[in-house]
Amino acid sequence: MTPSIINLEITVEDRRIAGLAAAAVGLTLAEAAIPLPLPGVKPGLANIVTLIVLYQFGWRAAVWVSLLRIVAGALALGTFLTPTFVMSLAGGLASLLVLGLAAHLPRRLFGPVGLSVLAAFTHIGAQLGVVGVWLMPGVNLLPLLSVFLGAAWVSGLINGLVVAGLLKSGVTGAQS
Amino acid sequence: MKPADALGLLQPGDWLVLAATAALIAALWGHGSNGDRVVIKQAGRVFLETSPRLDREIQVPGPLGITQVEIRGGRVRIKSDPGLHQICVKQGWLGPGQVAICLPNRVSVERGASVYDSLNY
Repeated sequence: MTPSIINLEITVEDRRIAGLAAAAVGLTLAEAAIPLPLPGVKPGLANIVTLIVLYQFGWRAAVWVSLLRIVAGALALGTFLTPTFVMSLAGGLASLLVLGLAAHLPRRLFGPVGLSVLAAFTHIGAQLGVVGVWLMPGVNLLPLLSVFLGAAWVSGLINGLVVAGLLKSGVTGAQS
Repeated sequence: MKPADALGLLQPGDWLVLAATAALIAALWGHGSNGDRVVIKQAGRVFLETSPRLDREIQVPGPLGITQVEIRGGRVRIKSDPGLHQICVKQGWLGPGQVAICLPNRVSVERGASVYDSLNY
């Protein structure tokens, strides 16, 4: 009996996605160490990586990097399959969906800042949706909504400016 | 990077997105933490503090008997009361900021008068 050999081809793209996901996981872990005033409000620095990937390598690569970051980040932080992970996944999937649609907006008019703010809003919206429907049904989240959306606005703006600045300066390796 | 450089990174559509989202936040801002609570008091003491989003009926015991408070679809009313004149029952559904008092049974229901919001934490 011959043992079957499974040969996994590792493409250049695989390596690239792995490297970018690693960068995103690094940002997620670094961010987890920052003390934050309110649970759920965080800068979302890993979204900088997602946006840059979206601009340089397309939506499919951004989905890969984002999902790998969510799963690997949760494993590293010990939140895998906990409600935190579900919220993170819901937010990630929803904002990827919106980014996929927003990427078709005219590039001349809509830059990284617009996309970043839209993604941040979708992210927190989906997370609050999970909380409202599944974790704490019946609890009135409306008073918190404006606070969370305000935080998403600020972090979305800052992350978007960082992405726009990095893309403009060309340090992100536009040759690929 | 100078602030002027940062402004150059924004495109017209970005301004549009920023303005629209900021408007959304501003519109939601008023729906604040102390506007959406139901406080039921019995003999001047807080009997129950709850949210108008939770549909439920609450039985509040008083000196004359049971006062029934109904919360449904984000609205609050006193459904039945053992008092003579039924003034608080006739008041019907309470709007935000309104209070219904069943004086004989010493029960009051306030809509949105909570000082702090325990939900936040």
